[in-house]
Amino acid sequence: MLELRSVTAGYDRRDPVVRDVHLTVAPGEAVGLLGPSGCGKSTLARVAALLHRPDRGQVVIDGEVARGWRHRAPRAQRTAFGVVFQQPRLSADPRLTLTQLIAEPLRATGRAAEVPGRVADLARTVGLGDDLLARRPHEVSDGQLQRACLARALVLDPRWLICDEMTAMLDASTTAALVAAVEGYRARTGAGLLAVGHDKVLLERWCDRTVHWDELSGDAAADRTT
Amino acid sequence: MAETTWRPASARGAGGATATTRAWRVWSSAAIVTAVVLAVLVVPPVVNLDEQAVHLADKLLPPSWEHPFGTDDVGRDLLVRCVYGLRVSLLVGIVAAVVATVVGTAVGALAAACGGWVDRIVMRLVDVFASVPHLLLGIFIVAMFRPGVWPVVISVGLTHWLSTARIVRAEVLSLRSRPYVDAAISGGASRWRVTVRHLLPGVLPQAGLAAVLMVPHAIWHESALSFLGLGLPTHQASLGTLVQGARSSLLAGDWWPTLFPGLFIIVPTLAIAGLAGAWRERINPRRRSELML
Repeated sequence: MLELRSVTAGYDRRDPVVRDVHLTVAPGEAVGLLGPSGCGKSTLARVAALLHRPDRGQVVIDGEVARGWRHRAPRAQRTAFGVVFQQPRLSADPRLTLTQLIAEPLRATGRAAEVPGRVADLARTVGLGDDLLARRPHEVSDGQLQRACLARALVLDPRWLICDEMTAMLDASTTAALVAAVEGYRARTGAGLLAVGHDKVLLERWCDRTVHWDELSGDAAADRTT
Repeated sequence: MAETTWRPASARGAGGATATTRAWRVWSSAAIVTAVVLAVLVVPPVVNLDEQAVHLADKLLPPSWEHPFGTDDVGRDLLVRCVYGLRVSLLVGIVAAVVATVVGTAVGALAAACGGWVDRIVMRLVDVFASVPHLLLGIFIVAMFRPGVWPVVISVGLTHWLSTARIVRAEVLSLRSRPYVDAAISGGASRWRVTVRHLLPGVLPQAGLAAVLMVPHAIWHESALSFLGLGLPTHQASLGTLVQGARSSLLAGDWWPTLFPGLFIIVPTLAIAGLAGAWRERINPRRRSELML
């Protein structure tokens, strides 16, 4: 169970972009989070993945309250999340080849021996040909790069996947391929998913449950009850 | 009909210089730097002259075919002294620039990667260092050692890492907020690994450029320290000691012992700065090439 309890977060304490938000994702559940751009859903996704420290509130991962964020989070807790970002160009180090990109988490966690096998496996899963793997980010398309980023997110077998507008920059066929790859992984491992986006049709078909941004915050919940 | 010439703004470089003059500047700089490198590397072993040989009978000869740059007050050939001096000054300049860049990159990266109070303390220390004039601090450092090449290298290196530290820190801070750093953290990378694997490689072009821009500056500082009599020992030819030794001759009307070493300071350093400026325009076209000397 991944729980966000009355999370308030942002980049300026006086003016948080996320106010008092509650959200839970049950084990194995796929939750879609819908909202207009700029509403703070990406910030919430980063809080959930322990990449952004909230001003207030708690993130509870399988009953364990997160105490640290970013590097201060224990490695086991950080790597429990596979994160895919909206813009593949910015989320790939321009100096690494796609193979190195996918293998980086394995090397960072001292599992370099598994690199050849895992990379070949995942490249097949996300549909990347061998010829592409030796290239650098500027030599492939956005869609191909996003496939590699998804492979990187899956390489440590995370229990939770956070997809922040994963397919916003991509065409329909790549979107279908990536969603299929995520669903294949979830079917195999039972991982939970938090998919953030503004494409209602996509999220409603992809996820078990979709919630709208406005339903999450305490204020709005209070408004509805009155 | 009157012809009006119009050039797109993109064809203009520093101070309205056109692409042609800019190319000319780059090529002339490259030619000078090549000539300097050949001169200091090839000439001494091939010619095999003793630059310190004294010929009192030939003292203070004006430029001639035999001595193109003339001779100094103890009859040493100035062309030979200038080439040897350039060799020493260039070596000091390059090593000092490398020292300054390594220290600056390490400090800047440390400050930015750690953030928080480490960053604040380190950057305030940088401000304190920067508030003291370079030359004064440099003099203080060389004064602690016996005259020689290494005290000068240390002195120039340790007073010039400040701007590099600031540049590297700013660059690391901007790289640190990229999503690929988030992805690395999520992939279990330690702080050290993120810094070494993702942040430092990203700032290396900037640091390398800072190092090259530092070389002329370091040569000038070496010359200044030697000119003040604090740098290299006077018998060792360097551009600074040559100019210093020539002061008394200048008052007697002998211009060549000052002019040629002076040109040897100015022309190669401007050429290096010209090349570095062109490089900077390539990697960072927004900033126009002002000579950052």
